Amino acid sequence: MIDPASPDAKPVAPATPEAGDPLVRRPGPAPVVVKLARFEGPLDLLLHLIKRDEIDIYDIPIAHITQQYLAYIDLMRSLDLDVAGEFLVMAATLMRIKARMLLPATPTGEEEEEGDPREELVQRLLEYRQYKEAAGTLRSREDERRLLYERGMLPSDEEAGPLPLAPATLFDLLDAFNRIIARMPEPAVYEVRAETYDVEDKMSLIARQVAENGSVSFMALLLECRARGEMIVTFMALLELIKLGQVAVVQDEHFADITILHRTPEGSEPNAAAEP
Amino acid sequence: MPPLNLKGALEALLFSSDEPLPLTLLAESLDAPIDEVAAALHTLERDYKEREAGIELREIAGGHLLVTTAENAEWVGRLLRGRKRVRLSRAALETMAIIAYKQPVTKSEIESIRGVDSSAVLTTLLERNLVTIRGRSKVVGRPLLYGTTGEFLDYFGLRDLSELPRPEELRALVAAREPEQLDMIELQVTGDVAIDMPGGSDLPPEPGLEPEELEEPAEHPEAESVRVERESS
Repeated sequence: MIDPASPDAKPVAPATPEAGDPLVRRPGPAPVVVKLARFEGPLDLLLHLIKRDEIDIYDIPIAHITQQYLAYIDLMRSLDLDVAGEFLVMAATLMRIKARMLLPATPTGEEEEEGDPREELVQRLLEYRQYKEAAGTLRSREDERRLLYERGMLPSDEEAGPLPLAPATLFDLLDAFNRIIARMPEPAVYEVRAETYDVEDKMSLIARQVAENGSVSFMALLLECRARGEMIVTFMALLELIKLGQVAVVQDEHFADITILHRTPEGSEPNAAAEP
Repeated sequence: MPPLNLKGALEALLFSSDEPLPLTLLAESLDAPIDEVAAALHTLERDYKEREAGIELREIAGGHLLVTTAENAEWVGRLLRGRKRVRLSRAALETMAIIAYKQPVTKSEIESIRGVDSSAVLTTLLERNLVTIRGRSKVVGRPLLYGTTGEFLDYFGLRDLSELPRPEELRALVAAREPEQLDMIELQVTGDVAIDMPGGSDLPPEPGLEPEELEEPAEHPEAESVRVERESS
């Protein structure tokens, strides 16, 4: 995340390091590995601070917790970590509560209406903590369940074979294209006469071949081409056909040849087997 | 006409399936009364236990499922060579918990509880079919409502939703569990950083500390404060 050599990674000290502040200063330029707890959000961080400092959640010392919270945010910033907007919103909330706590109680009846400025935050923390606990029990259930295997976990060879539509991505296709292009000797064609290739023609050619044979090898298709230009047009035609949903591409495994299959519009289960 | 050997037939059905089979479906397929099938299920379950079989009968997601026993997980796991799906992230589990308890629930309700954007997590849960769309809320904007699926019950090995601990039970459960494991991020930092050591106020700032030594206190006070919390709660 941080390039130790980068001058941008210069750390920033918190603005007000008070006495007893749990900060450790470490001089010297040697890179240090810091382990930082990752929190799921501002509430998660607050709960952690409350737990760590053994704070009564119903009577949160708001000044203390705000200071600790801001120190953590400062730390994240000094480590060049992205501080999500939610963390900053909570910082503002904390400071607002702190300010309201400092104000003397208004003599009017407003006080009763407002109540403890911490109330809303405490309710949110309690609710979040409950779900965090629920998440914990789900984790143990997950761990227990993962020890039990039902049948069918081990895919048979048949099942592990080419899956319809899914396996080959556009990048696999580009990869394959680049590999074949690279194999093509550079001065392949000496003809001066410019040959023009038409994407539409190629599209119908591929569509016909696929329809007749059930499947066409991507490599075979490209090797039929006489020039790079023709290959590119063929490739574009293939992409167009995929986009139109007329053909699908599958691959046995990574870096294997890609097979072009006829795609039936209503089903996603072409029964044509992939060629080796 | 029910099978002559009901228990055997039942075992055959269970063996043939990789999904939990509901009792009603079993009874229907076997053309046998439900209570007889239920009794046969119990016998079968006891049989496996008694002979210390490698498989056992579990009640999951409203059905009955044959699974390998937990004590054989290591060996089956080796055979599968990590082809199991990855565990859910903490964010995903939190979101999952909120949906399970509050369903049907909207995304903004989830986010207001978690205090963070939950779109990505929700997408993951939908993709893994642990969560499904349950319709639209009647509030302004008619946001989508989310709920849990049968796959959710299966994934967490739950018989049904009532098996989730009740909210009031949660606190007691967690207090009895091990100290929380914080997800740690490791960072390489150039020197002269003021590092927040949680609870590390008793730690004297030592100039010239070796990096390896510095790493340790970052973890210890952590575990300590958690332990204290456990005792007090």
